[in-house]
Amino acid sequence: MSRQLRLSISCAAAFLVALLGLPLCNYFAPEFMAQRIGGFTRTWLLLGVLFFPLVWIISGFFIRRSIDLENAEVRDAADSRQTPSQNR
Amino acid sequence: MPTSLLLAAVDSWILACSSFTVLATIVVGFWAASRSRTASDFFVAGRGVSVGWNASAISGEYLSAASFMGVAGMVMSSGYDALWYPVCYACGYLFLLLFIAGPLRRFGAYTIPDFAEGRYDSPMFRKIAIVFVLFIGFFYTMPQMKGAGTTLAYIFQDIAWFGQRGLPYWVGVVMVGAVITFNVALGGMKGITLVQAFQYWMKMFAIAVPVFVLLSVYGGYGKQLGVNVADPSVQSKQLAASPGANPPFQEKIETSGNSTRTGPQPARILPAKAPPDATWLAPFGPLTTKAARAAKLDPQSSRRLALLYTYSLIIALVCGTAGLPHILVRFYTNPDGMAAKRTTMWVMILIGVFYIFPPMFGVLGRNLMPELYNGLTGVKGTDGIVLRLPTILRERFGVLGSVLSGITCAGAFAAFMSTFSGLLVSMTGALAHDVYGRILRPSASAADRMRMFKWCAISVGVVAVGLGCLAEDFEINFMVGQAFAIAAASYFPLLFMSIWWRGMTVQGAATGMLTGGLFAMIAISMTSFTTFVTTMSAKYSGKPMPDWLAWMKAHSLEAFWAAHPLQRILCEQPALWAVPLAITLMVVVSKLTTSSIPLDIRMKMLVLHAPEKLGLKQEYIREHESAH
Repeated sequence: MSRQLRLSISCAAAFLVALLGLPLCNYFAPEFMAQRIGGFTRTWLLLGVLFFPLVWIISGFFIRRSIDLENAEVRDAADSRQTPSQNR
Repeated sequence: MPTSLLLAAVDSWILACSSFTVLATIVVGFWAASRSRTASDFFVAGRGVSVGWNASAISGEYLSAASFMGVAGMVMSSGYDALWYPVCYACGYLFLLLFIAGPLRRFGAYTIPDFAEGRYDSPMFRKIAIVFVLFIGFFYTMPQMKGAGTTLAYIFQDIAWFGQRGLPYWVGVVMVGAVITFNVALGGMKGITLVQAFQYWMKMFAIAVPVFVLLSVYGGYGKQLGVNVADPSVQSKQLAASPGANPPFQEKIETSGNSTRTGPQPARILPAKAPPDATWLAPFGPLTTKAARAAKLDPQSSRRLALLYTYSLIIALVCGTAGLPHILVRFYTNPDGMAAKRTTMWVMILIGVFYIFPPMFGVLGRNLMPELYNGLTGVKGTDGIVLRLPTILRERFGVLGSVLSGITCAGAFAAFMSTFSGLLVSMTGALAHDVYGRILRPSASAADRMRMFKWCAISVGVVAVGLGCLAEDFEINFMVGQAFAIAAASYFPLLFMSIWWRGMTVQGAATGMLTGGLFAMIAISMTSFTTFVTTMSAKYSGKPMPDWLAWMKAHSLEAFWAAHPLQRILCEQPALWAVPLAITLMVVVSKLTTSSIPLDIRMKMLVLHAPEKLGLKQEYIREHESAH
């Protein structure tokens, strides 16, 4: 459980840095964020288009790691049942 | 082609596509109903919904009228700031995935009130949770109903030509309400799962195809966006005035003056009501600086307040998504916790792809249909852009424009029908399962509860239609915003803390959830009351007001808000303080009442978090064994 929570928190942190950082960039560097990339302003491109793939990447990473953690937990439990000691 | 013939052609295409959606919904509902038998089928679709189906169904349920029509309209009217809505609607699911989806499914309840009672062994807490489910549910139902009524009225406004004065608002509400209530009563959760999955793909098709056609005819997304400062007159003025700087207020006067002076020309001319390019395209535009503009602040401090507003909006939308009861209940339909997590990830992909399209409609609408800025509220104004924009193709391609407009109308139908059906299932579940099956008659058999499910579905449907008929004068965004903010300040902290902190007590949970939810609601109501009074009294400009309105105007906080923009923002978007308040209260009160931590907390935590493979857990409710 604590390993799962650590994983969740680190994924959430990565996400929050992007989510809460973008308004700060808009606030402190408006000219930079307004530069044009193929018609888009930089900030519009980031928020309106590229933000979605970022979330997909974070969630894909989370699912992979989370499945690994669960399998490890099942293995640990099986081991501790064979050699009676404290589980978890 | 004579105008009358053209109108007839338009109507028949739009009518055909919309009727197709309604009929297909009924047919799929019937087909699914013939396969729903047990109580578990009705409440949690037999817990056997596969990842693909469930992800489509959750997405179908989530993409409401506000997403399908409202987001495009807001991007068109407010520009960049409105992009936060689609982004946070989609990103809220990441929080669900990271912290809530898996454990909630593992607990194995039927409804959120089940979880509330099971986690704390407190029947009282179940009742509190039921009240919140119904409250948030009805708040969220009203805008869907309003969408149904106004869309139908829009579709049939053109047949005034046949001697009718269009369709009254309530007809759409009653019709959509009846169809969905019928579906839910017939097939329960299992029936609705198939219908909603079908409706997701319907909506995806309905928004993507017209966008691709429009973009291929009028130029790409980037090019359309580029028009907005590439507009030579504005840009040259801006460059001449102050290179690199961004003076929004000065710009506003210049552009609107400009657009009236230059007269008709092939380049785009924005009506005076439209926000000018510079404020529309850049962050901290009309949406977030509303309070500051009312207070006539200087640009620097209004930017600071706009930043605050943006953060509060983000928190409300992200945490609110993770706390909407009708979405949460869907995770119980997965076979296990891992499937629940996989489902969430697919939901994010499905709705993320969808949400790229509505802002494109907004951008295209600004360039191609600026006359909507002069329209009134609702479908006649910018909110109608998704329905109206494809009709401009009629000039060049004739019937293609009508077909595409028909497709977007069908998508709008799918949008409010699917969200309403999800809300109906979750509210009906709360009544039939929690109130009847757990509180009134715990001894009721599974068959009794199934019969009760049908009766509850019908009565909730009737109440929802009644409320929907009353909602004509309210604003869709305000009602949706209220539902999100209340969910963010009540359910999200409750679920998050109950799942991850073993020290939570029932007193802490109840105090935090009630205080957070109520304070958020009071704060929002204070500002929306002012808005309501202002819009109502605007209707009476020049005429004498009725006494009640004059009294309300005298007691509204208009002058206070104008003098205190910070307080206004904090009340309009309360999530920034309400969510931390709820969590703090939960921690403090739980620390004071440690003696009432459930005795088997270790076991409960194990059930929430241990993988199914360990075989440690039992479903909180085991319908299959008890029913048969």
